[in-house]
Amino acid sequence: MIPRRVLGRAAIALAATLALLCAAAPLVEAALGLDHEATDLLARLEPPSLAHPLGTDDLGRDLLARLLHGGRVSLLVGVVAATIAAVLGTGLGLAAGYLGGRLDSILMRVTDLVIALPLLALLIVLAAIDLTRLGVPEDMARSPEAGLARIVAITAAFGWTTVARLVRAATLSLRARDFVRAAVALGASPARVMLVHILPSAMPTVLVATALAVGEVIKFESVLSFLGLGIQPPVPSWGNMLTNAQELIWTAPALALWPGLLILGTVAACNLLADAAARRMRPARGGGRR
Amino acid sequence: MSAYLVRRALQAVAVLAAMSLLVHVLLALMPGDPVDLMAAGDPRMTAADLQRLRELHGVDRPMLERYLAWAGTALQGDFGWSRAFRRPVLEVIAPRLWNTVLLMGSALALALAIGLPLGIWAAAREGSMVDRVVNLACFAGAATPTFWLALLLMMLFAVQLGWLPAGGLPPARSGLAGSLRHMALPVATLALAEAGIYARHLRAAMVEALAEDHVRTARAKGASRLRVLLVHALRNAMIPVATVAALGFGGLFSGALVTETMFAWPGMGKLIYDSILGSDFNVALVALLFATLLTLLGSLLADIACAALDPRISLAEAGRE
Repeated sequence: MIPRRVLGRAAIALAATLALLCAAAPLVEAALGLDHEATDLLARLEPPSLAHPLGTDDLGRDLLARLLHGGRVSLLVGVVAATIAAVLGTGLGLAAGYLGGRLDSILMRVTDLVIALPLLALLIVLAAIDLTRLGVPEDMARSPEAGLARIVAITAAFGWTTVARLVRAATLSLRARDFVRAAVALGASPARVMLVHILPSAMPTVLVATALAVGEVIKFESVLSFLGLGIQPPVPSWGNMLTNAQELIWTAPALALWPGLLILGTVAACNLLADAAARRMRPARGGGRR
Repeated sequence: MSAYLVRRALQAVAVLAAMSLLVHVLLALMPGDPVDLMAAGDPRMTAADLQRLRELHGVDRPMLERYLAWAGTALQGDFGWSRAFRRPVLEVIAPRLWNTVLLMGSALALALAIGLPLGIWAAAREGSMVDRVVNLACFAGAATPTFWLALLLMMLFAVQLGWLPAGGLPPARSGLAGSLRHMALPVATLALAEAGIYARHLRAAMVEALAEDHVRTARAKGASRLRVLLVHALRNAMIPVATVAALGFGGLFSGALVTETMFAWPGMGKLIYDSILGSDFNVALVALLFATLLTLLGSLLADIACAALDPRISLAEAGRE
């Protein structure tokens, strides 16, 4: 069986390859002579061929090109939303862990609550609200960019809790360490202690939490898009490419396989990455032994 | 114990009240108000009619006022009417609530039945092939989106093999076998999505428990391997698993929403999804509140299980902080 170390490296390699391929989607398209938007109603649901390496979808669009472009959207949403969530969560986790008191107990209550709530149902409500009622101009609210921004905002708004929890725990243990107490004794302000002394030491935790958050966000984006409430067609995302797949499983099962495999691969790579990083951070508990 | 239950009940009421206000605000931001929808269904309506209807139903009044009016009637047990079903909301929700409880309960039971033995097995053979395979399976399970798992199971068992129906409730009078056949795929989807979580947590907890002194003592006095695992180590190791279960009901409901929507299982999740997309706001609001109540009740039960497993946890002190 594969040792953990190799698994961690494989995860990095997989994530990097996927990210590169997706980022270079226009180049790949140009090199292979594909177009992710061109429909060809005479070549619907084609099996893989030289012209279409993975075949075509129900509108005759090239599946490979759509997967790559879908990956751009899914990865972009995942990384941007997870970064926002990480910044929010780190700030709140630091403050709660270091300052404690009322803020801490409120924060922990809120994170408990977010976990206990029927989250997906709430996300569906949020995804369905009409942006024009919030004062967003009509044409802007209907643009694909607004759809992207909306899904980033929604997933980030619920994604920060895990980061906050982990950072709070790290802060609590760092707060009692000598170098932090020395900084306090030297008269450093709470803000300075948190940002200059605690944050750098808590950074590994932040990175692990962010990697986990990327995976979570990609899963949430895919399910919302799958349900028709996330990224709207014709912009492809791995989730919305599966929306029609349910009706087509009788005729074209391959359409249902690829996007799901890519979601699975990406989320697994994020989780493995986080796992490998977490193991690195505490070598005493068997990083090399197991 | 009773003081604890009262406090938890008060917390639940506070959460539900906050949730109802939040959802009220969000639903007010949905495209189209109820009067627009009435107008869309009846071409003879004039602008003056619409204005009168708005005044009659109070749609033109401020949000907070509308919320208080809703809360007032809701507290008297009147949750309004469903636009789509043309029946009182509670009548629409009651059978679906049961369907969801059935789905979630069976899935949780099956997930525990799969996950716990795997977790124990992996921990008993720590570092072995079994351990690694279980670990890898849990990792893959955690990374698989529920809706894709549902698609795969559907493809395999309903399309390729043709063994099971691809969705829906069993037709009336199809007997126990028919109900089980219709439940099989949705329950399996949800259970497989959850089983890995329990296996992973139980494995970690068992590995720690097996290293403890009382387990060594048990071994030293000659308890059998199985007895050490299942009696001495498992009891302690179940505590973190119960905690995970307590926190997991929200996730379980989210999974149920996806599963119900895909397998056309008429439960709360599908009802919430359909009512939001169909602008049936009365139903959406109350269904969300019941779903919240369901997850809160679930976590309360798991907390009580935690306290039953661990005499050190006193419910009277838990939650007071």
